[in-house]
Amino acid sequence: MGELRLMKGNEAIAEAAIRAGCDGYFGYPITPQSEVLEYLMAEKPYETTGMVVLQAESEVAAINMLYGGAGTGKMVMTSSSSPGISLMQEGISYMAGTQLPALLVNIVRGGPGLGTIQPSQADYFQSVKGGGHGDYHIIVYAPASVQEMADFVKLGFDAAFKYRTPVMILSDGAIGQMMEKVYLDDPIPRRGDEEVITQCPWASTGRPMTREHNILTSLDLDPAGQERLNLRLQEKYREIEEKEVKFEMLDCEDAEYLLVAFGLSARICQKAMQLARDKGIKVGLFRPITLFPFPKKEIRKIGEKVKGMLVVEMNAGQMIEDVQLSVGCNIPIEHYGRFGGIIPTPDEVVRVLEEKIIGG
Amino acid sequence: MEEKFAHPELRTPENLVYKRTDLLVDCPLSYCPGCGHGVAHRMLMEVLEEKEIASKTIGISPVGCSVLAYDFLNIDMLGAAHGRAPALATAIKRLWPSRYVFTYQGDGDLAAIGTAETIHACNRGENFTIIFINNGIYGMTGGQMAPTTLPGMRSSTSPYGRDTDIMGYPLKITELIAQLPGTYYVTRQSVHTPAAVRKTKKALRKAFDCQDLGKGISFVEIVSNCNSGWKMTPVQSNKWMEENMFPYYPIGDIKVDGELIEKLK
Ligand SMILES: Cc1ncc(C[n+]2csc(CCOP(=O)(O)OP(=O)(O)O)c2C)c(N)n1
Ligand code: SF4
Ligand SMILES: [Mg+2]
Repeated sequence: MGELRLMKGNEAIAEAAIRAGCDGYFGYPITPQSEVLEYLMAEKPYETTGMVVLQAESEVAAINMLYGGAGTGKMVMTSSSSPGISLMQEGISYMAGTQLPALLVNIVRGGPGLGTIQPSQADYFQSVKGGGHGDYHIIVYAPASVQEMADFVKLGFDAAFKYRTPVMILSDGAIGQMMEKVYLDDPIPRRGDEEVITQCPWASTGRPMTREHNILTSLDLDPAGQERLNLRLQEKYREIEEKEVKFEMLDCEDAEYLLVAFGLSARICQKAMQLARDKGIKVGLFRPITLFPFPKKEIRKIGEKVKGMLVVEMNAGQMIEDVQLSVGCNIPIEHYGRFGGIIPTPDEVVRVLEEKIIGG
Repeated sequence: MEEKFAHPELRTPENLVYKRTDLLVDCPLSYCPGCGHGVAHRMLMEVLEEKEIASKTIGISPVGCSVLAYDFLNIDMLGAAHGRAPALATAIKRLWPSRYVFTYQGDGDLAAIGTAETIHACNRGENFTIIFINNGIYGMTGGQMAPTTLPGMRSSTSPYGRDTDIMGYPLKITELIAQLPGTYYVTRQSVHTPAAVRKTKKALRKAFDCQDLGKGISFVEIVSNCNSGWKMTPVQSNKWMEENMFPYYPIGDIKVDGELIEKLK
């Protein structure tokens, strides 16, 4: 049946987690995402679904709580914002190496350093290219609405368990803070312990004497063994690239020019697209929803039809590298970015499109 | 194996007085001969066997010489990042209250890089057991100074001895966490003599019994030798430990049933 509510993006994530049957949330306060933990503490799901909610002493502790919980097959998540996610990188790398499922939420703020509490998309590289040490990827979803904030929680948990990998929702302070109507799915009951044990035979849940002991680690001191682990990971990433790509195309059928943007920037570009079309410019919008896996083939295909692309990001030019790698250099591909918490306006986007791509 | 014994005919069930627990994997340990880690492993597994809780126990190994403990302990295990074992254990125990959970950590792991996780897990009164192997040195990485290295003690990063003016003082983290209301049983033991080994086993048993009560952290420090890192023979190292480590890290219970032992108050 579900339920329609008016909620902040951060609250939608928290509510969706309870409804997805999440077993545990571990996090540390940081603006602009503290509402996730606040909402959970106010809702007290530990009294209803039995979900554990714990304020950790740091993001380092929070991610390692996740590592522990995920290693026992439980459905666990954390949320944070840029500086906190930086602190988590060692743990994320461990979880990728140990192949553990978990959901991470990054409500990005401007950086570097303490930066600002205003929205930004400057953590694209960190999220999509690894972030921590070693050769690994995590699946990254970029919601552009409060509805998608809620929807990607269940989607994220499903992908995390399907591929035994950490999954990240990469959003920003604006989507985290803004209120929109959101349709919430009916709650799914949490899995019982026996169900977890059956579903996750790899997990360390206490060894019945009928099986070998389970060991969860990313350590293999034998180079051949460590290479085998790396090859297994790479194979998994190729499969993810094959099967999990998500993207959205708006008004692309007759488009001569293309705006490329994810998350909040895509919302801005939607309006910019209307303004440009009012002026008679045939422009479409390509929105990657998964940032890893990046919709390489799909954007390459549309790159063959348009005269130029403007990549709009709230950063100095990060996703544009993936666009250029995918499309090649037959058409002009330019970047427009604002930083430090400044959100580009649709007018700015149209002006830059005219100057750099159409006029250029 | 049998042939190695001079009188295989004497190895009969009636004559069996001591047997290695099956909860230790039958493989060579990665520890230096004479090191205390191996004895501590054995006592731990004997306790799980006697308490019949092996199938309900989840262990967490650290980064340090005991990083491979999961290969030797025949129970479900996770290998934590350096210092973070108490964070893993916190989540696991809360998500699986029916399980016994322990961390096994060295002094660098527990009292340097993982100080925050140690103190906060203890202060929250988590309901798991921490086994702390204090050998006053970073064994695994080749003998560098640890937070617990004694004043004047040499290590590869204090080659002229620990100068407290420059390098600060050894951290008595066990006394520190004993002050926190979230700890229920805190003790310091050793495994360098048969009598000490027996006491350590008792302490470990008590620590796991504490998890049945659900009243907070049970914490067993084992002051141990690192003959390789200290550059001594095993026998010398145990003597040196008695003469130098024990005065600074006195052996015995520090907190029992949630009450500090009188001398510490
Ligand atoms: C983040 C991080 N920093 C440093 C190291 C290197 N390192 C591995 S073990 C160790 C010290 C271990 O000493 P201790 O905890 O006392 O254990 P012991 O080997 O003495 O038993 C260090 C510094 C690491 N693995 N990870
Ligand atoms: S280096 Fe020290 S602590 Fe490590 S195994 Fe050898 S003696 Fe034991
Ligand atoms: Mg040590």
